[in-house]
Amino acid sequence: MTETRTPPEPPERPEPDGRPEPPERPEPDGRPERPDPDGRTEQSGRSEPSTAGPGAAGPRNGPRTGAGTGADTRARGARSPRRGRHSHRHRSRHRSRHPRRTPVGSRWAPYALVAPFFLFFGAFGIFPLLATAWTSLHRVELTAPAEQEWVGLHNYARLLDDTFFWNALGNTVVIGVLSTVPQLLLALGVAHLLDVRLRGRGFFRVVALAPYATSVAAATLVFALFFGRDHGMANWALGTVGIDPVDWQNGPWASKFAVSSIVIWRWTGYNALIYLAAMQTIPRELYEAAALDGASRWRQFLHVTLPGLWPAVLFTVLVSTIGATQLFGEPLLFASGAGASGGADHQFQTLGLYLYEQGWVNLHLGRAAAIAWAMLLILVVAFGAVRLLRGGLARREQAS
Amino acid sequence: MRTERPGWGTYALLALFAAVSLFPLVWTAVAASRTSTRLAATPPPFRFGRNLPRNLEIAWTDARLGEALANTALVAGAVAAGTVLFSTLAGFAFARLRFRFRGTLLLVVAGTMLIPPQLGVVPLYLLIARLRWTDELQAVILPSLVSAFGVFFMLQHLTRALPYEVLEAARMDGAGTVRTVWHVVLPAARPAMAVLGMLSFVAAWNDFFWPVLALTQTGNPTVQVALTGLGRGSVPDQSVVMAGALLGTLPLLLVLALFGRHIVGGVMRGAVKG
Repeated sequence: MTETRTPPEPPERPEPDGRPEPPERPEPDGRPERPDPDGRTEQSGRSEPSTAGPGAAGPRNGPRTGAGTGADTRARGARSPRRGRHSHRHRSRHRSRHPRRTPVGSRWAPYALVAPFFLFFGAFGIFPLLATAWTSLHRVELTAPAEQEWVGLHNYARLLDDTFFWNALGNTVVIGVLSTVPQLLLALGVAHLLDVRLRGRGFFRVVALAPYATSVAAATLVFALFFGRDHGMANWALGTVGIDPVDWQNGPWASKFAVSSIVIWRWTGYNALIYLAAMQTIPRELYEAAALDGASRWRQFLHVTLPGLWPAVLFTVLVSTIGATQLFGEPLLFASGAGASGGADHQFQTLGLYLYEQGWVNLHLGRAAAIAWAMLLILVVAFGAVRLLRGGLARREQAS
Repeated sequence: MRTERPGWGTYALLALFAAVSLFPLVWTAVAASRTSTRLAATPPPFRFGRNLPRNLEIAWTDARLGEALANTALVAGAVAAGTVLFSTLAGFAFARLRFRFRGTLLLVVAGTMLIPPQLGVVPLYLLIARLRWTDELQAVILPSLVSAFGVFFMLQHLTRALPYEVLEAARMDGAGTVRTVWHVVLPAARPAMAVLGMLSFVAAWNDFFWPVLALTQTGNPTVQVALTGLGRGSVPDQSVVMAGALLGTLPLLLVLALFGRHIVGGVMRGAVKG
């Protein structure tokens, strides 16, 4: 994979004549300059306009798989200003826009390079997405996946009549809000705490990722024990301060809160690091100027930190929303034994779990496909709301 | 970064955050070292007991976690290697080459990033069933090899780390595509490849939804599938369940302890710069 040999010396090459020297010459032996090693983010306030890239959301295939494209997260025309500290290597920022000749010989080379990716992408990515629509119009049973019977919109009609669908939709929204809002607010606080000259900076950052490295299954099994009704730690702790035990498994609100707490625990640190990265691109001078103007810490946070964080906030909202829509493992395993129903009374069955129950417990794959489409529709609506909100905020800002 | 010196309050709050982050993990080990009767007593145990070896052994064999760990290592390793390779090649082409349909293809990749994986899961299952791959590891490896995130991650990195001049120099030296990729692109991409590899490994190790659908606990489970079986009461002993959770988490915590700085860097670099 990554071999450690240094590339052998290429043969001598003539200086390309007649071209003005680029501001940043590659080493004479034609080797690319080494990029900064990672983890030096402390003082490197690099602020190239990034190709509004995919946000963090690591390449997960589960919830939050590499979601987020720049399209939604680009700052509104604002470029982060450069920092005072110049790195001694001045990066060439001009990227010539005039069409160059492709630097690789053959015309077909680019296609050969992207082919392996798109081969798998087509078969396991694009094809299933498109085929879902087709499947959702059929009756397909898991027991005989090859036999498909055309039923038109019947699956969708059944869905609208199913109280469990509406129940799952409501639960998904409630658990989504209960987990996303505290998670992001806490992450903002933690990032703010980390954004100073700390001792043990590296330690805190790695610790923040420990819950993220814990799998959904392992985390949920532990939390299920914490929230045990009779002997769980949560109720024992409440008991020590004189509060009656709570039925975390069966209480309609208590169980939603408990499931949300698993999500909050796993993702707060991760989001804090994303906010921290954005905070570090905010120039110190702005804080100094604000301090000179007599702005309190709180006002500095409000008027310097938050505006600089805006794109990161939008991005995390987007990713967390996608994650919340897909919540599956936590409710599945929180109801020990109850399995896919999401509690004895379906009190914390989410849409993801409902899809699983219809398809893989009740064996109706066609209906499961219809649920998948409904989930996408809900996401689209949610994003539409976010866009409207953004538009509204942008207009307000222009007005002021 | 703000320059003020943090006071003790900052450290106290951060210590609290660290404690809350680590407590469930530490307590998993505590619970795994006890007996189920002790776990079902009040107050809950806070100190280590002596039952850890026994519980680990039961989890390893009865809950088939030993086998599951081997399966998961294989899956996560293959997914990480494949993702890094494909993403680097495609990322390079998108970052530095001009070709027809480049924009269209890039848009397609970007579009799928916003679509929840659940949407494709039913036809994907039908496909796997038709290929007779249910309960085979390739059923979870192959669909995970395509990471739109990976392509963008490499594209972003190579746009910065691979000047046009170097590529042109290579071409003037008469290097073909293969040699250029091998001697110029891969060395420039190496740091990002390492980070992407680690992020992919963690993601594949913890991947839950699709493996639970495609694999069974009795056939060819990954760790997450085996843990799901535990959670649904395949072994009624809670201390053994905790031992299983511990076994499933430890390898990744080890990775985090060794390469934490790079993983942190990767998460932070994925962040959006305004």
